[in-house]
Amino acid sequence: MNVEPLEDDRHHRFVLNMGPQHPSTHGVLRVLLELEGEYAMHLHPVLGYGHRCHEKIAEHKPAKSFMPNTARMDYLGALIYNQGYAQLLEKAAGIEVPQRAEYIRVITAELNRIQSHLLWYGAYLLDLGAFTPIMFAFDDREHILDILEDVTGSRLTYCYHRVGGVSKDIDDKFVSRTRAFIERLRSRYTMYEDLVNGNVILQKRLIDVGELTPQICARYGVTGPLLRGTGVAYDIRRAEPYSVYPEFDFEIPTETKGDCMASFMVRYREIEQSLRIIEQALDKLPEGPSMAAKVPKKLKLPAGDYNSSVEAPRGELSYYLVADGSDVPYRLKVRTPSYSNLSTVPETCSGMLLSDVVSAMGSLDLVIPEIDR
Amino acid sequence: MKSYFSELFTGAWSLILGLKVTIKTMFTPIVTVQYPREKLEITPNYRGHIDLIKDAETGTHKCISCGSCQRECPSDCIVVVGEKREGVKGKVLTKFTLDFTKCSLCGACVEVCPTKALDYSNEYELAGDARSDFYFDILKRVEERK
Repeated sequence: MNVEPLEDDRHHRFVLNMGPQHPSTHGVLRVLLELEGEYAMHLHPVLGYGHRCHEKIAEHKPAKSFMPNTARMDYLGALIYNQGYAQLLEKAAGIEVPQRAEYIRVITAELNRIQSHLLWYGAYLLDLGAFTPIMFAFDDREHILDILEDVTGSRLTYCYHRVGGVSKDIDDKFVSRTRAFIERLRSRYTMYEDLVNGNVILQKRLIDVGELTPQICARYGVTGPLLRGTGVAYDIRRAEPYSVYPEFDFEIPTETKGDCMASFMVRYREIEQSLRIIEQALDKLPEGPSMAAKVPKKLKLPAGDYNSSVEAPRGELSYYLVADGSDVPYRLKVRTPSYSNLSTVPETCSGMLLSDVVSAMGSLDLVIPEIDR
Repeated sequence: MKSYFSELFTGAWSLILGLKVTIKTMFTPIVTVQYPREKLEITPNYRGHIDLIKDAETGTHKCISCGSCQRECPSDCIVVVGEKREGVKGKVLTKFTLDFTKCSLCGACVEVCPTKALDYSNEYELAGDARSDFYFDILKRVEERK
């Protein structure tokens, strides 16, 4: 690794490795820090420790078989990754999905999004030195995992959505448990606000730290809560509606400042919006099959380019497929949000206090397997 | 000067509010479970590794050794071998193994099975200290099961 030579000998810079096992990187990410005293003057993220050639694997087996791999890319938004991939293949093969299946997909994907935000909430505060909130957040998250486990059969790396529908229909037990969970989480807001959001230490550590502007976001392709924190109300669920999202009434939370506090509040408020979507979806849930009647065993992907974008918890997720007429993709490109979000770090974090770097990087909500896919 | 004191006051108050939450929680029931000593009941829908279903009527499995699961598996972790025997209609299953080190629990094999011979087991305590602990002989397992 080349660290630029020092221009001036008087300023001795200390090179420090943050990671690959540093707790605040949540995975095997390594950041080379050049420190001057307590200030990080230059940051260099080193990627690739967890690279598993997912895109290459996709080129070597039938398109349907790639579904379990999508969950392994973003282990926190597995169902949303499932949904994006299922949509892509349905678009390519021209398969109609029953309405009920679309609703189930939206409900489970939104539950997954809340789960991801709750984990981020706890883990981020843990990075900042607060141990208590993660216990509360995990208590709530456990309820979602139990609900999803009952219907999908797994707790983290789900493989539930299928080309043409979902693998298992939901029942009344799922509906009543989800409704109970919505009520429970809503009753916890005051507790979270008292314990965390109003806390003076948190505010001092987040406000005016790691400021992003819409211009920086546009240059690096930053999406998701970080972009919405700068005041741009860009959400794929609205900007390019997919599935049955146009049928629901929900807001896109935005803040204007673009600092860590802004993205913190956007994510926190998104939890409520996801709950609203789930509530409406449960009310409107149509009867019918949960799987398309005729899904060929061997998918025929007509030659051409296909794209499918969904809103993952961390931003825009796109699958881009080039098909050559066989059932094996010629090329599958996955655009993951964390990769672009991380790329702002060298620019926005240079010159920061070391403890602020942890705060700014935590607010990116990085999931490393998604970067090193 | 005034804002300094008001900030000091609101800051201190926010900490007290937070402490109130933790103190209140001290008197609520414990939600954690002391795992190896106590165990939660696991949902029957949990998807563990696959197993052959034992048919109550015939006392054996329903596998016809067609090999659909083996072909469908994205990770190539299933091996099915069957042979023709005299006097028996169809093939007889002689080997059914699962390499659980490679399995990603997607469930493609269970869904593709034409005779619904496969199901997920409910086992989740699967830690082992050798690779060989995860090479399951599914056929042996179904024969040994009561």
